[in-house]
Amino acid sequence: MALVLEKHKMPEQDPQVRAHNFQEVALGYDEETAVAEANRCLGCKNPQCRPGCPVGIDIPAFIGKIKERDFDSAISIIKESSSLPAVCGRVCPQENQCEKNCVLTHKGESVAIGRLERFVADYQLDKNEEVKPIEFAPDAQKVAIIGAGPSGLTCAGDLARKGYKVTIFEALHVAGGVLSYGIPEFRLPKDKIVKREIDNLQKMGVTIEVNSIAGRLFTVDELMDEMGFDAVFVGTGAGLPHFMNIPGESLNGVYSSNEFLTRCNLMKAYDFPNHATPIAMGKKVAVVGGGNVAMDAARTSLRLGADKVYIVYRRSEAELPARAEEVHHAKEEGIDFKLLNNPVEIIGDENGWVKSLECIRMELGEPDASGRRRPVAIEGSEFELDVDTVIMAIGNGPNPIVASTTPGMDTNKRGNIIADEETGATTKEGVFAGGDIVTGAATVILAMGAGKKAAAAIDEYLKSKK
Amino acid sequence: MFKIMYKKELSPGIFHMDIEAPRVAKKAKAGQFIVLRVDEKGERIPLTIADFDVEKGTITLIFQVLGASTMQLSALNEGDSIVDFAGPLGQPSEINGNMGTVVCIGGGIGVAPVYPIARAMHEAGNKVISIMGAKTKDILIFEDKMRAISDEVIIATDDGSYGVKGFVTTALQQLVDRGEKIDQVTAIGPGIMMKSVCDATRPLGIKTIVSLNPVMVDGTGMCGGCRVQVGDEMKFACVDGPEFDGHLVDFNNLMSRGRMFREQEAKAKEHVCNIGLGR
Repeated sequence: MALVLEKHKMPEQDPQVRAHNFQEVALGYDEETAVAEANRCLGCKNPQCRPGCPVGIDIPAFIGKIKERDFDSAISIIKESSSLPAVCGRVCPQENQCEKNCVLTHKGESVAIGRLERFVADYQLDKNEEVKPIEFAPDAQKVAIIGAGPSGLTCAGDLARKGYKVTIFEALHVAGGVLSYGIPEFRLPKDKIVKREIDNLQKMGVTIEVNSIAGRLFTVDELMDEMGFDAVFVGTGAGLPHFMNIPGESLNGVYSSNEFLTRCNLMKAYDFPNHATPIAMGKKVAVVGGGNVAMDAARTSLRLGADKVYIVYRRSEAELPARAEEVHHAKEEGIDFKLLNNPVEIIGDENGWVKSLECIRMELGEPDASGRRRPVAIEGSEFELDVDTVIMAIGNGPNPIVASTTPGMDTNKRGNIIADEETGATTKEGVFAGGDIVTGAATVILAMGAGKKAAAAIDEYLKSKK
Repeated sequence: MFKIMYKKELSPGIFHMDIEAPRVAKKAKAGQFIVLRVDEKGERIPLTIADFDVEKGTITLIFQVLGASTMQLSALNEGDSIVDFAGPLGQPSEINGNMGTVVCIGGGIGVAPVYPIARAMHEAGNKVISIMGAKTKDILIFEDKMRAISDEVIIATDDGSYGVKGFVTTALQQLVDRGEKIDQVTAIGPGIMMKSVCDATRPLGIKTIVSLNPVMVDGTGMCGGCRVQVGDEMKFACVDGPEFDGHLVDFNNLMSRGRMFREQEAKAKEHVCNIGLGR
């Protein structure tokens, strides 16, 4: 069979249309396309894709089952390693992970592993099969998980499958963490995907308690000493947003990306006033930052009715931390990239609202500690960008609530919890941690990987204790 | 679901509700707040805890009907439930037995959140002088409760219908004029009231603590909407506060930010009025 050098295209909503709605952008493969794409896989004896997966999915095996049209077996193989395949198939940066080392990349494009994962995950969700509840032993040990985001959900799923009774305590009123409050509906549908994956975990036997502020309602010590939990996993995720410390950040019309996206995704402000949470914004928006969150905020602004949306980023296109696909989608939808520009001041009008964003042009100098070329301001190149809304998407610090109420669990000078990279073990016995609260802002799949490693380590720890 | 165990309209548009939330009641401390949602489409509203009863497992909230959400909440009755209730949030008030003479000032419904703080200060053995402010006598709340835990209560009404005619700062000035040695002031109320109190105490060098209630979404240290300028620092009311050194708070910015969603709030209220309170 002749080698097909390019991935099968995944149908997408037209950019002009989708820029004004919140429906999913990418529409997914149909069966025929999925099988044809699976057939591009050479089934390498020594597959290079698998080591690239943070949760270690047996990629050649599941693709092999798609070739045979045995989609049920394909998803079963994925689920041995991943609790949230429909999520990962959508939001993983596959191009930097599994697909990066695919042997086909020597000649052309890799196998579309992410799209295939999405296909079989959706195939199974659409079948609406009964999820078999786990039968727990009467003396099953109990694990508490703090935070129902990617790391916590993964850790919970793995531990429940090993027979532990797991309770997840979630601070918000909805489970999912960043999957619910951060990533927009048009990239990751909430009811269709996130809620169903979480429902399945609950049907399997994982308990989720929302509205439960760990560190305030109960401490980690109380979980273990009074509430009967044998181990605790802390996956509290991203915390307080960073700002730039430039004048004008307290003006009306300035948001952190966390607030902006939470209003829209979690609280459904796009459906205001039918949903009660509003977003106050103008028609001209500047999003500061170059990561996936910045792309999400920019594209969300368009969908909320902005006429003009800028990405303001201090380095050049090559350094944009966002996935190439997200940048591509943003450009297709008409986002204006102001690269090599850095905000110096947000200027307000007489009513305390944003009137413009003063920026300075940058050029790239010598590489810095991160290996990327350091942006240097070009003196005297300041200019004003005419905007009425500014969204700061430059990252988060850790949430302090759990760490500050857990003596014996050490944090580093930034406030992130110190945890062993391989096991997630913290400096406090029986307490493990993973995801953004340990690493600082990273990706869904890395958090899931951390949750998975911690689940294995908790299993070891509890077996040794029994 | 969280059940409404008690409801009373204290004065027109001002409501007292006790919500059943035993876990929160067990942990609540003076100075903290909760976040609630009325229904599945509701917004998350932060409200400062006005009282808590560990035995009954209830949290007392006092709220004034201002926007759509408080209007909806006020339409519920005893036995009804709200969908979400999370807390306790924020740092508790710093209270010890060596505070000396403390003046606790509550303006409007600000009296409600000041009450548990004043009570805790009183129970710790400090001298508590309370100043309660209201536009007029009829809308004064919590008078009996405040009298029970204060060494002295001074009431100020804008129209002079009860107590001193004037603002809470008028009453505070009287205390100063009579030579009362004040070690700390704790003031809770509208932004402009807290600002006036701080302007009065700053030249006198009296430590003044204020409790802020800026716009929040999650209330748990994630969204950053509640940021306030305190001295040279940006602070987050939900995790760093809600109490701050009033002499360092940029009240003008706080009040300006409080108006950010005014247009939307009007629209939401109209929407709820049009379709009925059940949404």
